[in-house]
Amino acid sequence: MGAPAMTQTTPAHLEYVLRLGDAALIHGQRLSEWCGHAPVLEEDLALANMALDFVGQARMLLSHAGTLEGKGRDEDTLAFLRHEGQYRNPTLCEMPNTDFAHTMIKGFLLSSFNLLMWSRLCGSSDKALAAIAAKSLKEARYHAEHTGDWVIRLGDGTEESHRRAQAALDILWPYTNELFAANPTDDAAAAAGVGPAWSELAEAWEAAVLPVLQQATLTVPARTPFQTYGKFGRHSEHLGHLLAVMQHLPRSFPGATW
Amino acid sequence: MLTEAQAWQALDAVEDPEIPVISVTELGIVREVILGEDGLRVVVTPTYSGCPATEMIAESIVDALKAAGAGKVSVETRLAPPWSTDWIAEGAREKLRAYGIVPPQPALPDGAQVVRFMSRHVACPRCASKRTTRLSEFGSTACKSLYRCEDCREPFEYFKPI
Repeated sequence: MGAPAMTQTTPAHLEYVLRLGDAALIHGQRLSEWCGHAPVLEEDLALANMALDFVGQARMLLSHAGTLEGKGRDEDTLAFLRHEGQYRNPTLCEMPNTDFAHTMIKGFLLSSFNLLMWSRLCGSSDKALAAIAAKSLKEARYHAEHTGDWVIRLGDGTEESHRRAQAALDILWPYTNELFAANPTDDAAAAAGVGPAWSELAEAWEAAVLPVLQQATLTVPARTPFQTYGKFGRHSEHLGHLLAVMQHLPRSFPGATW
Repeated sequence: MLTEAQAWQALDAVEDPEIPVISVTELGIVREVILGEDGLRVVVTPTYSGCPATEMIAESIVDALKAAGAGKVSVETRLAPPWSTDWIAEGAREKLRAYGIVPPQPALPDGAQVVRFMSRHVACPRCASKRTTRLSEFGSTACKSLYRCEDCREPFEYFKPI
């Protein structure tokens, strides 16, 4: 679409990029918590490597958000010196780790979404965002593949692994409502050609996710009106705890370098 | 003052810190060398978003060019188009194999569908047997998988195509 050259960043544009950056950062932080705790060494490597990808994507996105904002905030300032009300990640990302099935289900739901998101953002009117998207798309592909394989293995596995995968899906599924909730930020970003309104992705996401859940012999919970609002800065009680751990060092030693 | 050809020659000697048998130019991450009034600019495309070697590579590039006689050197990151394993130089593929890392097969085209339980026929770099098993999708670095040969029983790595 023939969007005009971006001379001034709109608040919606900044908010949209910040949301992508925060989603990557918080999901990456949760994955990194597995380091040294995964059930097998191979998965410890996989989770740590995927965490690195997400944190790497977050660095690019938050640096870009800082540039768009034009107030001199860099990736570190945005990551370490904002409080929870200023974070824009969907609530799903911050849900605390419980067991391996929970992490694989969550990773699969999010990576399947990211795959669609990044492919659409490759055509963004924001050229820097389009470049980040093209890079991240390659990574989202194997994230979705790896987690999807595990969803099938666990769901269609033993009685115990099925029970755990189903329990995780039951808990996490309602949080996916938030991904597709319409809002003015998305409308404005879509109108400017920055990226799709996330609600546009709902149908394609279900088409990608449902067959895998079915193959995993999992029962997809019925949709309920349950809504969360992490995208708007109203988070669950879990984000504050996550940030306390993640931000501890730079907040305790301001200006520290490493 | 270095010429562009001399700069490329110096870059040919900069090793990838994770895979020291191939250079950064063979890896395909050096996209451009620009001789400007403000010094030498090297344009680099990162491999993986979270690759921890990226910063070390940038430092090695600056050191190598300065050692070769360059004045001011800067390294720029260029994300688009994204790096692909298809950019690894032809000659480097055999170097990888000799080092025990199977070189990547061609990358999937953009928009390719996710494949479930992907099995690729990866031949052992030591005995060339095709009876191999993937032990771990991720290996010592994000870019490699760990395999084992069922004939010579040796473990080896496979450079994943992206």
